[in-house]
Amino acid sequence: MAKLQVGVVSPEREIWSGEADMVIAKTVEGEIGIMPNHAPVIGVLVEGGVLRVKRDGNADLVAAVHGGFISVAANEVSVLAEAAELGSEVDVAAAKDALQRAQAAIESSQDDADAQLEAKRNAARLRAAGEEV
Amino acid sequence: MGAQLRLLRRRIKSVKSTAKITRAQELIASSRIVKAQQRMQAAVPYEREITRAVTGVVSNTSSVDHPLTVAKENPARAGVLIITSDSGFCGGFNANLLREAEALRGLLESRGIQVTPFVSGRKGVGWHAFRHREMGGQWVGFSRRPSYSDAKEIADALIESFKAEDGIDEIHIVSTEFVSMLTQNVVVNRILPLEVVETTEAPKDGPLPYFEFEPSAGAVLDSLLPRYVESRIFSALLQSAASEEASRRRAMKSATDNANELIRVFTQQMNQVRQAEITQEISEIVGGANALADAAAGKE
Repeated sequence: MAKLQVGVVSPEREIWSGEADMVIAKTVEGEIGIMPNHAPVIGVLVEGGVLRVKRDGNADLVAAVHGGFISVAANEVSVLAEAAELGSEVDVAAAKDALQRAQAAIESSQDDADAQLEAKRNAARLRAAGEEV
Repeated sequence: MGAQLRLLRRRIKSVKSTAKITRAQELIASSRIVKAQQRMQAAVPYEREITRAVTGVVSNTSSVDHPLTVAKENPARAGVLIITSDSGFCGGFNANLLREAEALRGLLESRGIQVTPFVSGRKGVGWHAFRHREMGGQWVGFSRRPSYSDAKEIADALIESFKAEDGIDEIHIVSTEFVSMLTQNVVVNRILPLEVVETTEAPKDGPLPYFEFEPSAGAVLDSLLPRYVESRIFSALLQSAASEEASRRRAMKSATDNANELIRVFTQQMNQVRQAEITQEISEIVGGANALADAAAGKE
């Protein structure tokens, strides 16, 4: 079976690239699963989403992806994230701490957009690291 | 010891300590260029992918009708983003940039376009403030190590004033392109209205495929184009950072060389003076001794 060539890039560095069997990402319309020979598509990713890359014989690659795009063409998948972090690189304690701070800020003022964004991002980081949120 | 000798010794000492400083600056700049180049390399994949995505979208939608891509017929106001450095000691880096920016300003004004400068970097901000030029925006503090959020901040401000009702109609960017350690060029690009820069290499497998869009072509374009502008600005910032360090290294290298040359000349002069002094002393002693000997011979 054909394989997917996957690249996960953020503006500041290339996060990961390699072969995969399936990519699952969360666009603004909902989750999208990409398998080999998928039709060409460009999608807008949600803020604070979790990207999952299924590989043969290896554990799934999980990354927290904040905003950006996924573009698929000719078995090449590129994930262009505004910011991204591999699940294995997440500092769990720091993320938990940041999440709690953001939630406290949301409780004190309902329409704090920054805090809500921060909460979403940190929740995604924790989910990517395999923690229950 | 003669006064001239003391003076020369003092000058040599002072030039030596200057040379030490410029040499250290040169070494620091060299190591920073490497880091700046690495950051430039790291940003390449994202830039390539986003250019491909934009090209894909634009080639798919028959008429791209987005506020960011439509050129106004009679542009009346233009914004010029000038990317300078925060610190000096980098030779002609900022002077070259600002000269080019002035040339662009003259060109635009001759076409009847009013120019608003947007300035990044302390040197450029100072330059404009000194001439009492009003700035559309100013950003300082990151010229050596720009992060993507800095680029985003600049892009947001530019796009906002571009979209505003009586805002600017086109945006140019004056920055320094890093070609190699020895060559950096000042370049002027128009970033808005957007001209999508196609990659020079032909697509590998024929024409671009027909894309589907999630959620829709318009929505994708809405969020893709600002990202593209951000990425262009980010890349300009990174190239500027690398160029700044490269010209700093060059400036500091020639400063060190000049200092060493000065030390050589002064040392020579100092030796001459010292030798002259010794010769004079000897001839005085000899003269004195002869006089004494003559006097003693006369008595006998």
